[in-house]
Amino acid sequence: MSVRAPAAAETPDRAVRHRLSGEDAIRWTLVVVFAAVLYLFLLYPLGQVLWRSLLDNGGRFIGAANYIRYFSTPAIAASITNSLFVSAAAMVLTVALAFGYAYALTRTQMPAKGLFRVVAMLPLFAPSLVQAFALIYVFGNNGILTRATGLNVGIYGAKGIILAEVFYCFPHALLILMAALAATDARLYDAARTLGAGPLKTFLTVTLPGVKYGLVSASFVVFTLAITDFGAPKAIGGKFSVMATEIYNQVSGQQNFTMGATVSVVLLVPAVLAFVVDRLVQRRQYALVTSSSKPLVPGRRPLADWSLLAYCALIAGFIAAIYLVILVSSLVHRWPYNFGLTLKHYDFDTAGGYRALWNSIRVAALTAVAGTVLAFVGGYVVEKCRTAASGPLYLLSVLPVSVPGMVLGLAYIFTFNAPGSPLNALYGTLAILIISNVVHYFTVGFLTATTALKQMDAEFENVGASLGVPFYRTFWRVTVPIALPSIVAISMYFFLNAMVTLSAVVFIVAPGTELAAVAVLLMDDAGDTAQAAAMSVLIIATGLAVRSVYWLAMRGITRRTQAWTQGGAAAGEPS
Amino acid sequence: MSESAPAPAAVALEGIAKKFGAYVALRDITLSVTAGEFICFLGPSGCGKTTLLRIIAGLERQNAGTVRMAGRDVSGLPPALRNYGIVFQSYALFPNLTVGRNIAYGLETRRTGAAAIARRVDELLALVGLARHKDKYPAQLSGGEQQRVALARALAPSPALLLLDEPLSALDARVRQSLRHEIRGLQRRLGVTTVMVTHDQEEALTMADRIVVMNAGQVEQVGAPAEVYRRPRTPFVARFVGQMNFLSAVAGARSGWARVGAVELRHQPGFEAVPGGALTLAIRPEEITVGPAALHAENPLRARITAVQFLGAFTRLGLTVDGEGRTALECDVAATAFAELGVGEGADLPIALAPDALRAFPVPGPAA
Repeated sequence: MSVRAPAAAETPDRAVRHRLSGEDAIRWTLVVVFAAVLYLFLLYPLGQVLWRSLLDNGGRFIGAANYIRYFSTPAIAASITNSLFVSAAAMVLTVALAFGYAYALTRTQMPAKGLFRVVAMLPLFAPSLVQAFALIYVFGNNGILTRATGLNVGIYGAKGIILAEVFYCFPHALLILMAALAATDARLYDAARTLGAGPLKTFLTVTLPGVKYGLVSASFVVFTLAITDFGAPKAIGGKFSVMATEIYNQVSGQQNFTMGATVSVVLLVPAVLAFVVDRLVQRRQYALVTSSSKPLVPGRRPLADWSLLAYCALIAGFIAAIYLVILVSSLVHRWPYNFGLTLKHYDFDTAGGYRALWNSIRVAALTAVAGTVLAFVGGYVVEKCRTAASGPLYLLSVLPVSVPGMVLGLAYIFTFNAPGSPLNALYGTLAILIISNVVHYFTVGFLTATTALKQMDAEFENVGASLGVPFYRTFWRVTVPIALPSIVAISMYFFLNAMVTLSAVVFIVAPGTELAAVAVLLMDDAGDTAQAAAMSVLIIATGLAVRSVYWLAMRGITRRTQAWTQGGAAAGEPS
Repeated sequence: MSESAPAPAAVALEGIAKKFGAYVALRDITLSVTAGEFICFLGPSGCGKTTLLRIIAGLERQNAGTVRMAGRDVSGLPPALRNYGIVFQSYALFPNLTVGRNIAYGLETRRTGAAAIARRVDELLALVGLARHKDKYPAQLSGGEQQRVALARALAPSPALLLLDEPLSALDARVRQSLRHEIRGLQRRLGVTTVMVTHDQEEALTMADRIVVMNAGQVEQVGAPAEVYRRPRTPFVARFVGQMNFLSAVAGARSGWARVGAVELRHQPGFEAVPGGALTLAIRPEEITVGPAALHAENPLRARITAVQFLGAFTRLGLTVDGEGRTALECDVAATAFAELGVGEGADLPIALAPDALRAFPVPGPAA
């Protein structure tokens, strides 16, 4: 026998290292590249915003002076309370309206559920400006209803912003609430019935507690969307200033970059807070439904079914009306004076015209490709290549969802339009627009990817390794095919959002890289509201067309993968 | 190191230790597996058996110690360079690949021609009896069939070592029974060295050449199934492998004798406490002699039947032995023998604890 190993009590804290192989080199390269991307395009630019908020416009360090001026100038400080007020109001209204709608879609036997679902999703395909346009066309000074009744409701300002945000945020809240209402256990309802609980008691003691996390989550999502939105307040806010428009005024209007940075930092606070609370709440959600839960099949309740049908018809009618108004106004000579049909508004003469639309499609497509690759590979790096970097990389990956688009845009000005910086090469290119979109919408794509990866057997890579197959081959032959539905969904998400986003790109478009959503804003600013509507229609049509292709692709994937996703029940155990 | 060993062990572990943070999962494990042997790591969940298997596989990195395979030090090698096949508890079959493609997976990266791969896949399919399922997807197979696909996939590249991580625990009882024989038979035929992790003592007893009983990160006993069952080295092994009755006793003045209550009993040699010191006696339920035969046997006791549990082939009796402390025992009697006794609950029953079945252990610590 050789000399005994030292006593077990002296076991070293570090595990022995395995010899580094070529595969490890590839793994570490992925980790480093992913970390570098997040640093360069997220952390460093945000740091620039923070730093610039402490400087004056001449570049001298002035400490908190900008903040003191912000809070002590009533005209600017009002934007904080204004923002909080409209966002809170939009949150309460949206969640309340969406809850009834979601309940009707998941818990009743009412007819035409599919149609109601589709209509409710329409706002996802339009820039947030569009809802505001429609409200102006109907309730504005020259609105069709204002003229017909002679009654001006004063839509410009808080009222208009809140209404526009409600429609803009409605599908987001609806999706969360539908998921929450669908994830229930029928046995709870059976138990309530056997214990003699009536419908109201069951609703209060089973239904509501079951979706409370969904309600909280939907509330925070709507609040964050509303407070960071730029399009709606820009279009309908009038003199009512919110933080997002204040940043735009300071930067684009007054060239006061440091004040823009200061407002940005303040705007980050509620967004980050909402995000942190939401994450804490969501962490508890998972235990609610177990694998043994039985899905609830709603019974027929004529009174509830028909009254909820009327309710949904009303909401869906409003939403459909918005897009109908936009469509009609883009096709008539002069809304609301001359309803003669014409296509002249589609003959764009400003703001880049069709080049802007074409740019948008290219940017959205490339955002979809680059974003999906980065989100999926990033998710893989964090989930499957467990390193000390996984934790920090995860945090950085979920950070973008709480960074308002305006803040990211401003950060990119500071980073990519700084004199003497080598990064300036990106400024004024489509690439920077793509990068900005990828980062802005990264979190949802990343979380979708990690969820899909988590659902896979953790031993796939280990089996591959034991058989001498390198991890990248298993990634390509097994991981990617299994995750294909998620991958397609992620690319769809990136594409649609890149088509309609305004806030993250409004500061960094340049001559030659105009985008359709920005063109809508500029046309509206210039008073060409009909052309703005026409461009909006084209954006929505593009989104719907791509969504249809996506739907067909998903059907194809489902059919192809049916054989290997069906349960073993068909073959059955021998017993 | 002067001895000239004939052939190096298929797997040799020396001084393996593993910590997860401050938690010590394995301490100082030294063990060797002979070529062609079927060895089982047996222990309760959390005893470190799976961690040890994963260290052999290179999927977990040890904090100390060396792993050798056929004499080659693989302690620092990544999994891909170790030459083994593994079957996981979940099987981890690739759901998007057919049975045939799953089995071919490890062959395709090697420089093997397509024809040779196809031949090898057919060979393995025949070996595990799944030839007609070649073009099905894993989800279309039953649990037992999936298990055999996983086995075939692991064996396809002809590894020197087969690792099985609780391979049968996801199956229902009857499939599990038949697969035990099948895996064991396959292993014999191929002669592949196999290490299996299980928490099921019956599985370990029926399948293994040797069992490694583990507890709290340490090896309690290594031995052939019959040896581990008949001569458990520690109370833990006695309790974990099979059923065991324990009696608190006090060492008597004579060597090999101990007192339980007022009765002096002779026990197996082995452990000796100082006279008057506490010790634990142990006997298996089926080793207790009951009825008239007990009256004339050595170590007789009077017991009362407190419970009768019908378990098919045999009947389990709950007994209390008179005397201080009212010791409780369980005793298994063949169903026919119990019928002959003609007694029931509440009846008195003479019993005897045969000295060569009565083991002596030190008093276990508070944990056991």
